Amino acid sequence: MSHFRIEIRVKPRPGLLDPEGKAIHRALRSLGWDGVDDVRVGKAIYVDLEATDTDEALETGEAMCRKILANPVTEDFSVSVVPELEGAEA
Amino acid sequence: MKVAVVTFPGSNCDYDLYKAAQQVGADVDFVWHRERGLDEYDAVLLPGGFSYGDYLRAGAIARMSPVMEDVVTFAGRGGPVLGICNGFQILCEAGLLPGALIRNAGLSFESKDVLLRVEQPDTQFTSEYAEGQLLRVPIAHGEGNYEADAETLERVEAEGRVVFRYVDASGEVTAAANPNGSRNSIAGITNESGNVLGMMPHPERAMEAVLGSTDGIGVFTSLAASLSAVAS
Repeated sequence: MSHFRIEIRVKPRPGLLDPEGKAIHRALRSLGWDGVDDVRVGKAIYVDLEATDTDEALETGEAMCRKILANPVTEDFSVSVVPELEGAEA
Repeated sequence: MKVAVVTFPGSNCDYDLYKAAQQVGADVDFVWHRERGLDEYDAVLLPGGFSYGDYLRAGAIARMSPVMEDVVTFAGRGGPVLGICNGFQILCEAGLLPGALIRNAGLSFESKDVLLRVEQPDTQFTSEYAEGQLLRVPIAHGEGNYEADAETLERVEAEGRVVFRYVDASGEVTAAANPNGSRNSIAGITNESGNVLGMMPHPERAMEAVLGSTDGIGVFTSLAASLSAVAS
């Protein structure tokens, strides 16, 4: 078994109203970033786990998304293995 | 009539719901989310609040509670289940109701009275109301914006499963009367067989004139009437 850190990105599905993204969009424009076309807000969840290989780590992350971390009605997700950040250990 | 009010860490409308059920003659128990077994109850109520601090998504963690397996079984056998506010969010997350509740379109937490139109009096929770009746009931939520894909919306509408809709004083659906951006101004829906109702507004807070409205009583008298009909 090896140690992996996976990054799970959860974001609102295309076409779904994202009120938070809209509010941030307005804020950015009011600060002078006129060229901003759209803003969408998602979240990133970092999970440290033990797995035999990268594929198993990714599959576990996807299973977590299907079970609880993402709501398929409103959200899409993606899972990737990322390097552990220095100083990120608790 | 034995009624369970399921409580989660962060429930905060549990006593209101307890009292509302008691007001219509129910024998009420609180059932902690870690407890198992709902067989002895005639109805199960999921209260509002902020279970698990709304972490991840409202209702997402509560729906993994041990007792929710029993709620799913209870609902599957046709037992009446009512989820209010966070209870509605939990029922959607648990897959007992279609769709999801996302952040209010206006981003604000909305705490005020709204007007609801009774769309479907043919349920165990609304039989004491007339179709088209207007109810004044409070809302208090930040994530009550009902969202579902077009196909789901079409189906729940066609099957008469929209039970309450936000309307204005003349009973019309308008954008201004929709407090949270919900699709089709939906405030409450049932599952396919009609025994599970989820709603964002709080009928349990509209049970006494001193609270500003008694329009919520009908939800509980309807339930009591349906259960006594079953018993007799």
